[in-house]
Amino acid sequence: MGAYLLRRLLIALPSLLGISLILFTVLAMAPGDPFSEMATNPNVPPEVREALRASFGLNDPIMVRYLRWLSNMVQGDWGFSFASRINVDRLILQRVPTTLFVVGSSQILALCIALPVGIYAATRPYSIFDQVANTLAFVGFSLPTFFTGLLLILIFSVWLDWFPFVYRSDLAATGWRWYWEMFRQAIMPITVLGLFQAASYTRYVRSAVLDVIRLDYVTTARAKGLGEKTVTLRHITRNALIPVVTLVALQMPAVFGGAIVTEQIFRIPGIGSLLIDAILANDTPVIMAVTFVFACLVVLFNLIADILYGWLDPRISFS
Amino acid sequence: MAGSTLASPSAEPVSGPAQTSAATSPGRETWKRFRRHKLAMASSLVLATLILGVVIGPWLWPVAINEIDFSAQLQTPSWSHPFGTDDLGQDLLARMIYGGRISLAVGLAAMFVATFFGIVIGAIAGMSRGYVDNFLMWVTDLFLSLPQLPLLLLVIYFFREQLKAMFGVEGGVFVLIVVVIGGLKWMPVARLVRAQFMSLREKEFVEAAKAHGATKLRQMVHHILPNAIGPVIVAATIEVSSAIIAESTLSFLGLGFPPDIPTWGRLLFDAKDHLDSAPHWALFPGAAIFLTVLSINFIGDGLRDALDPRRVI
Amino acid sequence: MKDQELGHLIARVKEGALSRRSFIKKAAAVGLAAPFANQLLAFNGVAMANATLPYKPTKAGGGGPLKMLLWQAPTLLNPHFASGTKDQIASRIFFEPLAGWDKEGNLIPQLAAEIPTKANGGLSADGKEVIWKIKPGVKWHDGKPLTADDVVFTWEYAADPATAAYTTGAYTGIKVEKVNELTVKVIFKEPTPFWADAFVGVTGQILPKHHFGEYKGAKSREAPANLKPVGTGPYKFVDFKPGDILTGERNTEYHIANQPHFDTIEVKGGGDAVSAARAVLQTGEYDYAWNLQVEDEVLKRMETGGRGKISAVVSGDIEFIILNTTDPWTEVDGERSSVKTKHPTLSDPAVRQAINLLIDRDSIQKFIYGRGGIATASFVNQPAMFKSNKLKYEFNVDKANKILDDAGYKKGADGIREKDGKKLKYVYQTSINAPRQKTQAIIKQACQRAGIDLELKSVTASVFFSSDVANPDTYTKLYVDMEMYTTTQPQPDPERFLNQFTSWEVANKENKWLGRNVSRYSDPAADEAYKAAQKELDVAKRAALLIKVNEIFCEANVILPLLSRTRVAASLNNLSHDHSGWDVDTWNLAAWYRS
Repeated sequence: MGAYLLRRLLIALPSLLGISLILFTVLAMAPGDPFSEMATNPNVPPEVREALRASFGLNDPIMVRYLRWLSNMVQGDWGFSFASRINVDRLILQRVPTTLFVVGSSQILALCIALPVGIYAATRPYSIFDQVANTLAFVGFSLPTFFTGLLLILIFSVWLDWFPFVYRSDLAATGWRWYWEMFRQAIMPITVLGLFQAASYTRYVRSAVLDVIRLDYVTTARAKGLGEKTVTLRHITRNALIPVVTLVALQMPAVFGGAIVTEQIFRIPGIGSLLIDAILANDTPVIMAVTFVFACLVVLFNLIADILYGWLDPRISFS
Repeated sequence: MAGSTLASPSAEPVSGPAQTSAATSPGRETWKRFRRHKLAMASSLVLATLILGVVIGPWLWPVAINEIDFSAQLQTPSWSHPFGTDDLGQDLLARMIYGGRISLAVGLAAMFVATFFGIVIGAIAGMSRGYVDNFLMWVTDLFLSLPQLPLLLLVIYFFREQLKAMFGVEGGVFVLIVVVIGGLKWMPVARLVRAQFMSLREKEFVEAAKAHGATKLRQMVHHILPNAIGPVIVAATIEVSSAIIAESTLSFLGLGFPPDIPTWGRLLFDAKDHLDSAPHWALFPGAAIFLTVLSINFIGDGLRDALDPRRVI
Repeated sequence: MKDQELGHLIARVKEGALSRRSFIKKAAAVGLAAPFANQLLAFNGVAMANATLPYKPTKAGGGGPLKMLLWQAPTLLNPHFASGTKDQIASRIFFEPLAGWDKEGNLIPQLAAEIPTKANGGLSADGKEVIWKIKPGVKWHDGKPLTADDVVFTWEYAADPATAAYTTGAYTGIKVEKVNELTVKVIFKEPTPFWADAFVGVTGQILPKHHFGEYKGAKSREAPANLKPVGTGPYKFVDFKPGDILTGERNTEYHIANQPHFDTIEVKGGGDAVSAARAVLQTGEYDYAWNLQVEDEVLKRMETGGRGKISAVVSGDIEFIILNTTDPWTEVDGERSSVKTKHPTLSDPAVRQAINLLIDRDSIQKFIYGRGGIATASFVNQPAMFKSNKLKYEFNVDKANKILDDAGYKKGADGIREKDGKKLKYVYQTSINAPRQKTQAIIKQACQRAGIDLELKSVTASVFFSSDVANPDTYTKLYVDMEMYTTTQPQPDPERFLNQFTSWEVANKENKWLGRNVSRYSDPAADEAYKAAQKELDVAKRAALLIKVNEIFCEANVILPLLSRTRVAASLNNLSHDHSGWDVDTWNLAAWYRS
């Protein structure tokens, strides 16, 4: 196992390098530049835009720019944002806690709903419970988050006036009041994201459990006289977890990457809104930094998922 | 797929068609089982109605989709406008019918593209060890980490004009959207299929097939894939709704169909600012997407139960 | 024009025989709107009026927090790097110019003791010098006094090409000299009729030399004060998270007595315009939201809640369509839409005239923009004295059909007109923005009824407005038949704005499509009138010349103006605020109060 892990980690380095090269090329070739805002303003002479392009290095060949980015990156310099002219690492670090909190909580919420509901529904397929759970799940993923978010705002902020819908990263309150205010402002975005995620998780869990539940060894376990609960939890769930682990591993990088639409709706200062603002302003250093960290997490969680497969199903070998 | 029901997930040796009941062929057997799945049958009917509706709808309801009538802004459903009107007084039923063709076609086509690529890449990665697996997973990781928006802008910038020349305005955009959505959504399917394959390839029934001299391809297609299909069907059905919604995001970004083409996702998006005063505007496209998703999912459930020979229905 | 009559009236105001107010009334009678009448007085040595918002609170502070919501979040706080309005609004909280523009286009002193006029010796007779007197006793937030050195330094800083300040246009080609500790002199090379550019409004904010002195030129990015501004404004800096939130506290040493009213200020960013309006009008979470480019229907519905109100002020921004008279589909010397080519059908004035008749401007205003725009046929609308009274618009499908019939365009089997095998089929492009897409739909339908087929295209704003040389979808490339967007007129004077109608500004491959004349159309008569206006010191004659430039382009139907845009903001009912279409929303922030 140790040798395997080492080998995978060693492979990860060149593969990340390759990914970073492709990311950089895509971003450099993508249309647009950071100066669209002053475009129709006659007070900004074209020479200023040209001078800025040159000073940001946008006129150099892509390979030169990539190598410059790479060598700076290795030395820990992530560059500066074209839009705010401050260092990219500082911008990102400002956003990390909020993103981890909001998106992380929604993932936990999604799993807390999906695992029990999915397993229970699968053990009684086509029962009333299963039908209701399924239908709710379909509603969940056929409605986009921009829509459910707005619906919640209309109901809970505009009509009932219970929760604020503008998320603030610097709440003025302290002590218990702080927690209460935090709860009030975080509940809607977390619900929107969590339920959307829970809807598809539930379907996957149900399907995975259904696949396992009628395999021979489950019948064998039952025949041995093991209790239904033990069978479900120890024999079925463990084997059904492989697709679930895959999905969770796919979603984990998003806990860092944020949720663009939901963050926009509730004005959450997370990485997702940083990324979309940067994309719309063609602020390449920020986009590059966020996506590269994201890429590292994708690779890392893929590795973690592979290791978990081996643990869940010891017959999977990686030799 | 029908033939694959033969390879049941048991330790039994592979049996040829001769050994199964002479009366029913495997395809027919699946169909028979599928037919007994009431929800799936009902859903097939609903989906067929939806498709039929958007195909022959323009003849039954010959109202122009872009007839602007400022005297009929935001009207609730009535006889002259069964689904009401939007803020330019355009008839929503006509727009729903027109947009439904595109939304359904995009949803289904993108699902097939994504599922096909996902299965192929996942299956190859799951069966092979070493370099092939590493390389394919690298590609998957790469696609997962690509920021989609700049990538889309780039793709459209490179290919829009060529595709427009080849397929016309709407045809070109359709091909582009299906390829783009399909091309950006296959990764979860690939990861799921790979994980299932890695687990299943070690199972006894595969060993048995191997012992019987089944080629690697046969093992994959006939023995492992049918057993890995559960999560794939779920992923594929979820894909339909996410493709319909993704299309609306694309057109919002100016990357999809021209702004005057009312796809379901776009109708829903346009309706959101009027949700409090004209809920009917959002209700109909929302319900249409929901019905599509619902029926496709139940069909998926039915298919999967029908493909599983041990399931008693 | 009625030069003599006006001259006589001005003389009477100076003598005190005529009140300022009645002068403006009389001026209006001869077709001059208030802002211009005011400027006329100023130019002729009558002092300008004071701030437009009467300030009621009798002491500074005590107003609690002021919460503003900008749906585009500010990203930096140095006013000379502020690329967008969002950044300009944020930096104006801390920094101030010598003078700002109120909503009527009046110049109001801020850090200046008074507005320079001929009477007070501030303006030289030859139009080449302006002397600014700085208000005494103004202190920076760190307690140091504001002096002429800071003003001179601001010029040096912004004019240095290595600084790459966005405001540099106002500072190149001038010289600024210190006269004494509180007086500076601005020297122009040529007689300059519009002198209120450097140190005024958006481009004019004064920087403290003791904070930015070492960071002029290439080192400009490294200044710590870029992120921790030290200015003279009504609020002092507390904290800033780029792209998210900005907070400030009351400047207790502010240079106007009893101001400001609020104890703290918070500017939150992000989200979209509709929900920003919601947060003010429906839930009241915020006091003020800016730049609400939202359909008026939606805003009106939110207003019915009774919590807040909408206010709209005129601006010089214009939403318009360009009809391309060059051929966008043929490449010549590596560029499409080259002036060397001619559009197969749009180069025919009859077709352009017909399209202009197919634009239902009244419906576009009534059903889409509402208070957000005023239908117009003139490219320049504000200040009203520069608006052409000759240009009229009309929506008439029958007339358009007749013109096309007479010009020999016959309808084919598909209902699309053609002549000599050339069909009236056009690609109509704009940026992505809901009201624009609806406008496109309305125009498309009318054109359909006249046998013209429009293919609608919308490009995401970040690409459309970029100067990316490689991209064919930018607005300056004009690789389409028709294009629609809004262009901004930042000052209440259209001279620099109208340079987009001159032949030397034509965008082409040579100038990397950075030229301001996107339409590519040119007319020697317009060039001549523009050059004459640049030197003309007589206000009325100059206006007539600029109007001529405007009319030449609009009458050729190359430029089809749609709406003169207004700036729309939402505020709570109890907030008294003062925003202006000629300056940023926070230009007079010190005078805001809650009643």
